[in-house]
Amino acid sequence: MTTAKKTKKQIAPRVPMPNQPAEERARNFKEVALGYTKEMAMEEASRCLNCKKPKCVQGCPVQVPIADFIAEVAKGDIEKAYSIIKSTNSLPAICGRVCPQEIQCEGACILNAKEQPIAIGRLERFVADEYMHMDACDLISAKPECPFIDEEKKVACIGSGPSSLTVAGYLASRGCKVTIFEALHEVGGVLVYGIPEFRLPKEDIVAKEVGALKDLQVDFVTNYVGGKTFSIEDLKAQGYKAVFIGVGAGLPRFLNISGENLCGVFSANEYLTRVNLGRAYDFPNYDTPIIKGRKVTVYGGGNVAMDAARTAQRLGAESVHIVYRRTADAMPARHEEIEHAVEEGIILEVLANPTEFKGDDKGNLASVTLQKMKMGEPDESGRRRPLPIEGETYELETDLAVIAVGTRPNPVLLENEPDLKLNKWGYVEVDEDTNETSISDVYAGGDIVTGAATVILAMGAGRKAAQEIARRLGVEN
Amino acid sequence: MIMANKILKKEQLIPGQTSKLVIDAPHIAAKAKPGNFVILRVTEKGERIPLTIADTDTENGTITIVYLVLGKSTALLEQLNEGDEILDLCGPLGKATDLHTGGTVICVGGGTGIAAMHHIAKGHHEAGNHVVAIIGARNKDLLLFENELKEFCPEVLISTDDGSYGHHGLVTELLKDRLEKDDSVIEVVAVGPVPMMAAVSKTTEPFGTPTTVSLNSIMVDGVGMCGACRVTVGGETKFACVDGPEFDGHKVDFGELRQRLAAFSCHEKESFDHHCRCKCNDNS
Repeated sequence: MTTAKKTKKQIAPRVPMPNQPAEERARNFKEVALGYTKEMAMEEASRCLNCKKPKCVQGCPVQVPIADFIAEVAKGDIEKAYSIIKSTNSLPAICGRVCPQEIQCEGACILNAKEQPIAIGRLERFVADEYMHMDACDLISAKPECPFIDEEKKVACIGSGPSSLTVAGYLASRGCKVTIFEALHEVGGVLVYGIPEFRLPKEDIVAKEVGALKDLQVDFVTNYVGGKTFSIEDLKAQGYKAVFIGVGAGLPRFLNISGENLCGVFSANEYLTRVNLGRAYDFPNYDTPIIKGRKVTVYGGGNVAMDAARTAQRLGAESVHIVYRRTADAMPARHEEIEHAVEEGIILEVLANPTEFKGDDKGNLASVTLQKMKMGEPDESGRRRPLPIEGETYELETDLAVIAVGTRPNPVLLENEPDLKLNKWGYVEVDEDTNETSISDVYAGGDIVTGAATVILAMGAGRKAAQEIARRLGVEN
Repeated sequence: MIMANKILKKEQLIPGQTSKLVIDAPHIAAKAKPGNFVILRVTEKGERIPLTIADTDTENGTITIVYLVLGKSTALLEQLNEGDEILDLCGPLGKATDLHTGGTVICVGGGTGIAAMHHIAKGHHEAGNHVVAIIGARNKDLLLFENELKEFCPEVLISTDDGSYGHHGLVTELLKDRLEKDDSVIEVVAVGPVPMMAAVSKTTEPFGTPTTVSLNSIMVDGVGMCGACRVTVGGETKFACVDGPEFDGHKVDFGELRQRLAAFSCHEKESFDHHCRCKCNDNS
């Protein structure tokens, strides 16, 4: 605060992110944001006030030394900036793209009070992308040489999403032998099956991060299902000294309304998995099919709803409505995703609550009945509750409905590991400081602990568990 | 940890239509129980398809699957021969059969479902039940697994639609007849086409005999993530991949299941035609 007062300088507006034009990108799966140039990055970085006690760092789940890296970007020393980021964040190219910065680092930025905050996410992305070409060991460990891997220090990760990748990166760079078991045929978890290509390129970004781990002798075993193909006991018998459970979100929640099992009603998990993991956007070149809706409706207001809606638009829908029972400003999605969606022509059907899906005589979805809502008084949680406006319902034609209202715990591993203590919501209970579960030397993190959350929170949990594992295996104090 | 998924033995049960594969998969064989299924993918651009495990051999580390060539994915699978490897093979998935003991269990199988039923019947036999198999097909040449079942089932009853072998008629007629005469039956299991499982459930209902059906819903991941396989059981939505694939036949909404199984029928045809066209182009 004092710095701002002292200088009293006029702060320039944020450097805008160059994007693919909305009308163009709404018909392709290429990445929306094109990324800063070095000049843009330096200009944006020079807006930073270099606070003595930077609040942005406190807002970051993995405590990236944000002010320090931005100072280097402002000087044009991108390599230095990169090694600073890498000291705490093993997947910056991914975080720079998918973190909800406005409620984390950028939300905490001191400039928020009067000006636009520093575009921390865009800068992180720029720095990470500049150094994607670096030697893999540098990329992960920010050290010039690959570490010696001690085959005795065996660690297993179940699931290959962001939390496990973080655990693997942290421990492999400290000399542990990590094996990641993945149930699907491709590694990356939600980064591959969930987040679309236009937000997170699979080949250029995700595969690169995974490839870097492989160079650190991390083994990836696909088609191996925790709780089915193997148990935690099996892993311990095979000599694994620690096990990290990062199996992610599970069964999709539905709306529990009539007509929900009509053909044409999908969970967002199914819809996105078909398109992203199955590459159904390239059907019949790829074999996994998807119904390309003409009039698409998506239910929910989070990032997953935005992803599903924008995917449907790109698959050629005539119209895409996001149906949400509150107002647009109450949507939990990243602001940028909502903005992008609207720019691409997605219609926000707000203050509307679905009450029934109706089908034709063949069991195919034909329309949805929507109840008009209004915002009521705040409840105990302080959030205003939507209330139905009596008698005001309307019908919306739709041949494809995608339901994105969250998930429940995945039962596959949990049912087969009765010793694993669960919390009252059915997620895995862990120690707050170490993320260790009720079974000793077994850790958990990500959505299987918190319920559906963000990539960065999963990474934060992975980092916490990895630090404890590193201590116990004696590779770190 | 080598997972070659190599095909050790291939047998065409009905030429050009149904084949049996014995696959080297010790990690799956070690855990597989009756009722479980696998998900497999044949090519890099392929679709994930679920197939019920027809048999396991833990000693030799193999699993057996039987499939009907129906669309592109199974056509690609049919192109593989002994010595080839299956690209992705994942399992064992789904809940295992709940094996009650202490009586007669009638296992009804139709078409390719007979192979899946075989594994369940074997489980009931090993659990100490008296297993009666009732199997049916359109004609004698399309009948599967008769000998495999005879290895342990004291009774194997057969029906064919055209009367070319066994009872001339439907499996449900044999079933009804048996239920009328035999009150030691503690459970009926049915695996086969949806209309057949629905008919079996309808047949057993008046007798009040507990009836288990194994559903072949459309699946994507098969590990409880996508909800493609949802099915209404007793008015509740269940997921065949993690809650099933076996359910109480008296409670399953078979009409909805049939509609949901047809959800991608146009795509399946398009994919198959595309595959055939590409193959012709390759050959020319």
